[in-house]
Amino acid sequence: MLSKKVKSRITFLFVSLVAASIIIFIIFKSLEENVVYFFSPTEIIKKTDITIDKKIRIGGLVKEKSIKKDGKTTLFIITDLKKEIIVSYNGLVPNLFAEGKGVIAEGKLRDKKYFIAEKILAKHDENYMPPEVNKILEKSD
Amino acid sequence: MLKKIFPNKILLISPNFINKLIILMIAVFFLGLIYSLFISPPDYIQGDSVRIMYVHVPSSFLALGCFAFLGIASIINIIFKIKFVSLMAKSLAPVGMLFTIISIVTGSLWGKPTWGIWWVWDARLTSMFVLLCFYLAYILSWKYISDFRRANTTSSIISIIGLFNLPIIKFSVDWWNTLHQTSSITLTSAPKIHITMLIPLMIMLLGMLIYLSVIFLIKYKTEIMKFKLEKNKNKSS
Repeated sequence: MLSKKVKSRITFLFVSLVAASIIIFIIFKSLEENVVYFFSPTEIIKKTDITIDKKIRIGGLVKEKSIKKDGKTTLFIITDLKKEIIVSYNGLVPNLFAEGKGVIAEGKLRDKKYFIAEKILAKHDENYMPPEVNKILEKSD
Repeated sequence: MLKKIFPNKILLISPNFINKLIILMIAVFFLGLIYSLFISPPDYIQGDSVRIMYVHVPSSFLALGCFAFLGIASIINIIFKIKFVSLMAKSLAPVGMLFTIISIVTGSLWGKPTWGIWWVWDARLTSMFVLLCFYLAYILSWKYISDFRRANTTSSIISIIGLFNLPIIKFSVDWWNTLHQTSSITLTSAPKIHITMLIPLMIMLLGMLIYLSVIFLIKYKTEIMKFKLEKNKNKSS
């Protein structure tokens, strides 16, 4: 059998681990705003505490057929399939920036529907496959 | 029983056995690299930069696995006061930290062509950086605290606290919006990596696992020898 000393150590460790998990959970819950890397268009429209000159990131999918190039400026729409925000960006976009793919834009809101980006990041999803397989998948869609 | 047998048994492992493991490792890495660099196809979006994944994913996986071992061994040490479990954890820490560094470096190399940036402070990348700090703190506590019992307790507490970071790393991509993509390989659903890419990934994982075992065995043997020498010294003086 376990000795008394060992039993007391188990109890002590168990109680402190449970206490620590609760504390960590509460900390992360209250910091949620800062832990998320970007907001979706729906969250942006819902949020009331966003000021126009505050730097934020919004993320979602680049809407199909929404990319328009005008000289150096790229205009496109970020969507989360519920709400949309128009984004304008001055500069080079990453190679993987494409319609229907994930994107994150960093910059400032002009208003709730128009975003001026200073930086564009392409977001990659969790699917990996050879080009031939993708072609077959696209055909079957 | 286990207490008496295990630390002695490790000294019986011959250099010959370790040499055989090294030869096996070289063979597996050779096969894995040929497969991942030449045989496996490029990705439909990323092109050839997908090949970085064959190093990145196994090393991240093992970095987390090693720390899980450190944490569990430390809990056992705190409760039952079994010294050789701590020495096992101590021997595993450097290779775990190496895998963490490899994971972060290869991740950055992949991030630049894919995301368009080397590093961001999103939840996954930040928690992985925190893991590196925990490894460093664990190793330094062994290095700079000269009294064995104090070093043992301090390092154990550090790794038990660090244990909380593991689920945060694992689930960060599900709990919060991150730039890092969610897991492609999960227990609950079919892998989202095509089979021609999954095979080299698994071969590389096996190679790294053998590398981990080799480093661990050599280091653990040394630690046991050092510990015994120290004990004898204390006895004779």
